[in-house]
Amino acid sequence: MGRRLTLTVFRHNPREASSRPGTRDYVLDETPGMTLFVALGRIRDEQDPGLNFDFVCRAGVCGSCAMLINGRPGLACRTLTAALPERISLFPLPGFELIGDLSVNTGKWMRAMSERLRAWLHDAGDADPDRLEAPMEPATAEAIYELERCIECGCCVAGCGTAQMRPDFVGAVGLNKIARFHLDPRDVRSDADFYEVVGDDSGVFGCMSLLGCQDVCPKGLSLQTQIAWLRRTLARQGW
Amino acid sequence: MNNAPPAPRPSPFSPFRRTSPWPARLDLLQSGSGLFLGLFMWAHMGFVSTILISPDAFWTVARFFEGYFIFGRPYPGLVSLVVALVFAVLVLHAFLALRKFPGDWTQYTVFWRHAGRLGHGDTRLWLLQVATGFAMFFLAPVHLYQMLVHPELIGPWESADRVWSGGFWPLYLVLLLAVELHGGVGLYRLAVKWIGFRDPASARRRLLFLKWGMTVFFLVLGLFSLAAYVKLGMDHADQAGERYRPVGVWNAPVQETRT
Repeated sequence: MGRRLTLTVFRHNPREASSRPGTRDYVLDETPGMTLFVALGRIRDEQDPGLNFDFVCRAGVCGSCAMLINGRPGLACRTLTAALPERISLFPLPGFELIGDLSVNTGKWMRAMSERLRAWLHDAGDADPDRLEAPMEPATAEAIYELERCIECGCCVAGCGTAQMRPDFVGAVGLNKIARFHLDPRDVRSDADFYEVVGDDSGVFGCMSLLGCQDVCPKGLSLQTQIAWLRRTLARQGW
Repeated sequence: MNNAPPAPRPSPFSPFRRTSPWPARLDLLQSGSGLFLGLFMWAHMGFVSTILISPDAFWTVARFFEGYFIFGRPYPGLVSLVVALVFAVLVLHAFLALRKFPGDWTQYTVFWRHAGRLGHGDTRLWLLQVATGFAMFFLAPVHLYQMLVHPELIGPWESADRVWSGGFWPLYLVLLLAVELHGGVGLYRLAVKWIGFRDPASARRRLLFLKWGMTVFFLVLGLFSLAAYVKLGMDHADQAGERYRPVGVWNAPVQETRT
């Protein structure tokens, strides 16, 4: 006999003038191997077709289904209900624009952050599609790939007390991006250039090392290591 | 074949520096001043707790820092100099740490709610750091000013009289808790802030274990020391103000004592 779960879900549609933020309880029977994705799908199919939540890949790759699960940021598709108590509360990720219910616009935040940090490869401007690409050390490629595993789900921003308190803080996702391009030998930017974008209290020096990011990252990225390294590297720009 | 070295690749950014170097400097200064104060407080506790060995032991430590065993007579001004330095570093650290304090009601509420729902130890520890840091704005200067202007009144009876007859023990009790909790968390935070661990999870487990171990050790040592001063102060209350004369110290000074 499986458990009977009670899901307390945040409900609010900001585009409807009459909508007031609140929660609604849904009761359903747990099935073997049930994830929150399965549970929410069943609620939408069987109990409340108007419930908003985001899913694309169901496999922890797209980063759409991040939400506060019993107060902790996490991916719904990767969270087994068996790992949770019978009462489960689901809230949208704080710090992002609410689309409706559990759906937030992380994309808008991520894009603004990327544009602000210029988080793309800055090559020397001599890219030639007909020329063979310069080889890269396998170790370097591996290191870059490790940081590229970030799926921009927004959990680190929702788990960061600094980012919650100061909305202009770039968060671990932003600092991780800077670390990634710093590693890339094709990127011509110098430490001084990186200092330009994250060398202040809304960047790496604003990080208070609360390490919420490290502890909630669903991809298990070692964000503490990256931020400490970036802090040491960019602190040298003070002299 | 052109063997000329490749021209340096131009930076896509302006060669003119737009960003101030000060955020980096302030961050380092905050960490550096915190490191100094944290380590100083541990050493300080070591000196203060020599009262648990014997009044003579504490008397020897106090006179040592006045240069008595080097110059043959005590110079309390040397202690004032160290106090002034610590005071200055404290002011600097407090000023820099203020930047991190929640600034308004919204920030306090947001952080409080965040810490409440996340159930995350390191996040909660920060609230403890803010609270104890705030308390020290008011507690630490009282003690420091006293030490700055009356450095000669550091001794077994002198300190005990201040603690008991002078009514300082409640301040010292709260200050002890604030300092040890704040310093312990702060030193732990410095480690995770600057050291890039290969395996952060296990490194943090060990660091937290070490941090709490040190905090408990220094708190217990501090409480026992304070109790010793209280006891000594009670016993000496009738002669409060009398200077201590060592019993078994070699080469004890001929010091004027009020009898």
